[in-house]
This record gives sequence, C-alpha cells and structure tokens, in this order.
Amino acid sequence: MNAFEIVNLSRRDFLKAGAGLTLGIAVPDALAQMAGPGQGGGSSAAAGTFEPNAFVRIGTDNTVTVIVKHLEMGQGTFTGLPTLVAEELDADWGQIRAEGAPADASRYNNLFMGAVQGTGGSTAMANSYEQMRKAGAAARAMLVAAAAERWKVAPDSITVARGAVMHPPSNRRANFGQLAASAAKMPVPQEVKLKDPKDFALIGRRTPRTDSRAKSNGTAIYTQDVKLPGMLTALVAHPPRFGGKPKSFDAEKAKAVKGVVDVVAIPQGVAVLANDFWSAKKGRDALTVEWEESGAFKLGSAEIMAEYKKLAATPGLPARKEGDPAGALGRAAKTLEAAYEFPYLAHACMEPMNCVVKLSADACEIWNGEQFQSIDQPEVAAVLGMKPEQVKLNMLFAGGSFGRRANPHADYVVEAVQIAKAIGGRAPVKLVWTREDDMRAGSYRPMYYHALKAGLDAQGNIIAWQHRIVGQSILGGTVFEGMMVKDGIDATSVEGAANLPYAVPNLGVDLHSPKMGVPVQWWRSVGSTHTAFSTETFLDELALAAGKDPYQVRRALLAKSPRHKAVLEMAATEADWTTPLVSARVGERRGRGIAVHESFNTVVAQVAEVTVRRDGSWRVDRVMCAVDCGVAVNPDVIRAQMESGIVYGLTAAMYGAITLKDGVVEQSNFHDYMPLRMNEMPRIGVYIARSNEKPTGVGEPATPVIAPAVVNALFAATGKPIRSLPIRIQT
Amino acid sequence: MTTLNVNGKGVSVDADPDTPLLWVLRDHLNMTGTKYGCGMALCGACTVHVNGQPARSCSTPLSAAAGKRITTIEGIGQTKEGKALQSAWVENDVPQCGYCQSGQIMSAAALLAKVKRPTDAEIDGAMSGNVCRCGTYNRIRVAIRTAARNVK
Repeated sequence: MNAFEIVNLSRRDFLKAGAGLTLGIAVPDALAQMAGPGQGGGSSAAAGTFEPNAFVRIGTDNTVTVIVKHLEMGQGTFTGLPTLVAEELDADWGQIRAEGAPADASRYNNLFMGAVQGTGGSTAMANSYEQMRKAGAAARAMLVAAAAERWKVAPDSITVARGAVMHPPSNRRANFGQLAASAAKMPVPQEVKLKDPKDFALIGRRTPRTDSRAKSNGTAIYTQDVKLPGMLTALVAHPPRFGGKPKSFDAEKAKAVKGVVDVVAIPQGVAVLANDFWSAKKGRDALTVEWEESGAFKLGSAEIMAEYKKLAATPGLPARKEGDPAGALGRAAKTLEAAYEFPYLAHACMEPMNCVVKLSADACEIWNGEQFQSIDQPEVAAVLGMKPEQVKLNMLFAGGSFGRRANPHADYVVEAVQIAKAIGGRAPVKLVWTREDDMRAGSYRPMYYHALKAGLDAQGNIIAWQHRIVGQSILGGTVFEGMMVKDGIDATSVEGAANLPYAVPNLGVDLHSPKMGVPVQWWRSVGSTHTAFSTETFLDELALAAGKDPYQVRRALLAKSPRHKAVLEMAATEADWTTPLVSARVGERRGRGIAVHESFNTVVAQVAEVTVRRDGSWRVDRVMCAVDCGVAVNPDVIRAQMESGIVYGLTAAMYGAITLKDGVVEQSNFHDYMPLRMNEMPRIGVYIARSNEKPTGVGEPATPVIAPAVVNALFAATGKPIRSLPIRIQT
Repeated sequence: MTTLNVNGKGVSVDADPDTPLLWVLRDHLNMTGTKYGCGMALCGACTVHVNGQPARSCSTPLSAAAGKRITTIEGIGQTKEGKALQSAWVENDVPQCGYCQSGQIMSAAALLAKVKRPTDAEIDGAMSGNVCRCGTYNRIRVAIRTAARNVK
C-alpha cells in the first residue's frame, strides 16, 4: 500500500465560508498538482456548487461531508466509504453527507489501480478501507486537539462519541461544528491509530444508505436530469454496423422539424441537435444518411461461433499447466468432454448512456455517471487539443453501470464531446442514447466458446482437466493491454478458470483470443461470467459420471481451500442440502444445484432450487447465497449486492443474448433483450461469513455463481445437461 | 398551448400534441423525477398517474393527457399511499442505482390506492411492468407490504 501524507487543506487557503476543517490525504509527491476550488463534483453540481478538494470536510454547521472517490451506481459507495470515515471520526451518522470527488488522480486514485482514478473490479471498499479510516481518524485527532486547547485539558482526557466531543471530568462538550474553525488550525497528526475492530460502532452494522431518500422522491440528479442554460439535446444516427462511417447525409427534412437547431457529422455518425429530446428524436427519424461500410464488420453470431469452434480444435496459448493433463487423460478410466457457448451480452443499465458537455475556449466541463476519470479526461483532452486538467468531470449518480460506464475508449463521452466540438461549443450539449442506441452500441460481454475434457480414475476421482477458452480479448487494444495481458494471455479471459480452486493433479488451461470487429468490454464479474459457468456445470457432469454427490465432490476437492470450503458448507447447510426437496406436483420436477466461485477476492456459494413444469417452462424457487467478503462493513448493503448480482446473473442466464446477423445487432429494447421481472423473482437468503480480514468486493461476485447453480439444479431435475446460455430446456 | 393539470396545478405547455407526456414533464416543465428508460412502455421507469390510473408517460401523447389529472413522483408524497411508500422505500433501503424507483413507487401507489392489502399475486400483477436492473424486486415487495400496513 502507498504511503500517505495527511495534509491540512484548510491551511492551503481552500477554506471557504461555512467550511471549517478540511482534510485530505495525498500521495507525497502529488501536492503540487492539486487543483483549486472549482473542481467540485457531487450531485448538486448542476446547480453550480463548488467545493474544495478533500476526503473530509466539516462545516461550522456541524455537517461532515465525505468526498467519495468512487462512482455511486447503486453498489453503495456513497454509504460505505462515508461509514469508514464516520467510524474513525466517531461522528453521528445523521451529520454525514456524501459528495462525489472531482477528477484528480493525484489524490483520488484507486489504490488497487496504481495512478488510475476509476471505479471497477469491486474495489471501492477494499482499496479505501484504510485510507478513509485514516482520513476520519486524523480529523478526529484535530478536533480533540482543538477541544483540549480550548478547555485547557489533556487531549487524552477527551472522548468523542456520536458527533459529540466531551470532557467528562468537567462535563464540557462541543459538537464538531463548534470546533471546526479551531481544529483547522491544529497540526495534522503524522500518524493516526485506527480503532480495534471490537470498538467499531458503525462498521459491521447496518447504516442507512445516504441516497435512499433522494432516490425515493425523484430529487436525485442523474446525467439525464442535467439542464444547463441554452443546452441542446443531441441524438446521433449511428452506422448500422460496427466500423461503419457516415459518407453523406441529407439534413433538409431533419432541419425542418420544429425545435431542431443543427445537424452535424461527427466521426461516430450524424448528430441532430434540438431544443429538447422529442424534437431531436423526430429530427433524427427524418434524417437520411448514406454509410461508408468498406471497413464494417459483417459477420453474424453463427459465423463467429463457427470460427471459434474451429479454433478450439487447436491448442491455444497456455494460461496454466499443472502436471501432465494429456497423459493423464490418456490413462483415465473414463473421460468426459463438453463444449459451452456464450453469447454477447449488453449491460442494459436502466439509464441509457448519456453525457452533458459544456465547452469554452480553454476548458471543457462534463457531467456524467463518471466511472473512469483516468480514461475519460485524457481521451476528451485529446479530442479537444487541451491538457487533461482543462477537462473538468462532475461525477453524478449513475443509473446503473455494471461496467458499461468505464469504457476503455471513453466511447459515449468522446461522442458527446465531438458534438460539442462540431458546433464550436456555441451551446452546452446533452448527448442522449435511446434504449435502442444503447443496446446496439456494442461494448458487450464477448462471445465465448469453451471446450472441456476431464479424466476420472477407477474410483471416480478427477485426475485430468483440460480447459480451452476461445473469445475476444477485452483488454487488447486498450491502455491496459501492457499491464494485464502477459504472454498473450488476457487475464480477464481466463480468470476463474486458470485459478480453478479444485485440487486436480493434472490441469491445463489455454486460450485463443481471436479478433472480431465487435467492441467488447467488462460486464459485471468479467471473465467469471463464463468461466464459473463452464467449470461449475462440468463439475456436476463429472460428479454424476462418478456417481457422487456434487456438494461432496466439491468439499473433497476444496480440502486445501478453507475459505471456499467454509462458504460452500454454509450455503449447503442453509439449503438443507442433505434433506431431499419437497416433492413437486404431478407433472413437475424439482431440482437443487450448488456452485461456488471466487471473484475479486470474494468467495460466493449458492444453492438454487428449481421447478420444471411439464411444458418445459421452469422457475427458480429459492436461492441460498453464502459469501465471505472479509469484514462485513455494511451487512445490509452486502445483502443488497448479493441479491442484485443474483438477479443480474439470472437475467442473463434466462434471457440474455445479443446476436448479430450480417453484422447488424438483432436486439433493440427490452422486448427482445428481456430483463427478469418481479413475477419471476426467487426468494433469496444471504448468509455472510464472519471474518476479520480486510473487506473484499461485493458488487460483482454474486453474479457468476447463479447461472451454474441454476443449471445444476435443472440438470438434477431433468437429467439433461445445459451447455449454452441463455438456458433453453428441451422437452 | 396545451393545458395540463400536474400535481394539482394548472400549467400551459407549448409542445406538439404528439410529444410524449414524459418529455413534456422533463424538458418543458423541468420535472425530472420521471425517468426515461425505454420509450416503448416496456420498463415502467416513466410511470405517472393519469386520472389516478398508472400510465407509461413515454407512450402517452400530450394530446391524450390534456385536461386530465397528472400525478408524478414529485407530487405522490401528497397522497397517503405515496407518503407511506416513500417512507417504506427509505426504511427498507430499497434503491440501489435508483433510476427506476420513481416508476416503481408510482406503480405501487396506484396499487395501494386500489387494493389496501395486496397479495403477492396482486403485487406481481401491478409491478411486473416495472424493470429494475439492480434487482431490488424483493425489497420492493417488502416495502409495499410495509407501506400497506402504514397507510393512514
């Protein structure tokens, strides 16, 4: 972990009316790059509020504002990170406010991503756990020092609890607001002592979300809600195929639509700008564009999969090798083979991608569900010929992301900036993607093909495991390629497979990374979205072939992986695994399936129970989900993220498929890219392992486990394996 | 100019009659609590009440809303069901990203106005038109039950 220096920003003239003590923690050599006032973000940015840079700001009005460096997209950063500060500050939860950080990687970098500022990989809590607590502890020490000076007592005779600074012997007390101005003059402690976990007052308990009220009364501001004076709304006609470009266009009819102000060509397509969304939509409908398609991608999903199958017949680049898988397969008493097919998947956030840009001669200001500052800022700057620091990013609430807003090429952000540039910055621009635009824009979870072979000995033990993966590299062609693609292996293509936790003596994993013209991207739990499925369902086929119980097979193979084993056992116990399922009604079959998988350093096990009806329709009745994510900072948020991950993964397992025909995406909206709905919801129980280890991620790790758990349950019910997603049951 | 009654107030709007009520609310009246999700009445994020009935404002033209009583998320707290639901949403920490929740609450409010103690099947019937990609459905169900108990 980096070394931190705690700086008193109040002394650097960042103090403004109403703000007393301001504290920041900076990496030592980064102080010179600090941005001045005006870099503020937060949900009130639309109203033009400006805030100083810091993690903690205590106002004379007794509010404690925590500057949160990670996007709030539903996963709870605006609650979890402030909890860490409040814990060490001994603040009252009611005085805590949360605010989004500006773009400034010198202070707001993700400590797990080096110098990169961004939210992803389920790291928000994990990388902030000590950093934010230190920020709170330093603020507390300065408040105590201020009180000690004022009351002329020893600092160690002062106590702090729930926002009250007290000197019990003399019965004196003050709140943070009353001490803020004096505390700002105190020296910053060079070292702070963090609490013993047994003294935690907030960590480990349910602290209410800071954003629930605003998200229940319509006042929470998303990018879609930003309205600037004179702002134009832009819709873009995109090429029908990836790699297409506008050749020419006829804007006469579009410009005749009332409310349409301008029509401009940009590299991504042709933008129609209007005073409001509906006028822009009608204008775009009236626009005719001729597309240059010489470089366009024209394959369909079937052709892509056929190429992948061909590739799978040849060895790929090795990602892991233990022992001699080929030799062991040769001498196995029994061998099994299975192949798995995975489609492209869209993220389909409830808020389609959008971005607001305001351009002036020497600055660009952006309002966005900002997930990846260290990509967006330089990409925008490059388009405009500006320096990155001239690009100001306001981080607003995001209406979901699931990875989508952290586009490695800043796709929709750059598109918005291109439009603003094309009109010479004469008006602020809000780019809105319709649902159809969003669905067809690419940056999908890639298609994959997996081929697995395994060998059992005479006792049914797995002695060989050969796993071949074919699919596009997500990191190839991005700035992360150098960092995370080693020896041709994209770590995100094989995660969950190359680190298979099971004790199999002869194990090989290899990878083909063919290039395709379809943009791909990380999608909630990334590589595990496919590797957990193939490994965990193949294991059930092996268990059946060996005549063994799938749960006991896993337990035995995890003897040396205590964390996996404990979580697996927790899920099985909660599901009453050893007790047969209550029998189904006549004509119905029931089944129970189990799966366990580690992603983002968190282990999740799930047991799913399903009912299959006579006509082949089926439903998931119940899911028991056990998780070990280290210290459970906020158990209720963890439960919510497990529920959320299960719904997201189950939706994809049941319905998710983006398919191409002649290069054109066939889906467009929620009727042909269906979400799971209320009437299909299983009951979900979440069980959190007790742990004193540092917290690990919770946003993603529940997602990859549900599909294999459900498919294993369907396999148990029907006896027929399912090896392609989305699930199709043969009757 | 078209005259509308939104949350009990009369307002005049200069928009084409084919403009969906959603964009009238958002772009012309600056009431951004009602959300755009799909534009095809598939997701329910834009749900409002028209004369007390839940309606997808993305597919309700201005001409069809003229002269009718429109209630939005900004006004639903004035009703006893809406107030109880908003409290229950906060109490149960229902929202995650929150983008769909205005629509969820509007659909739930229409349900509770009609059925005081809805069964699970009635909740499914009223709420299955509202998509939540964060998967808050089970909490929504709990919050509707909480609110049903608390409607005064």
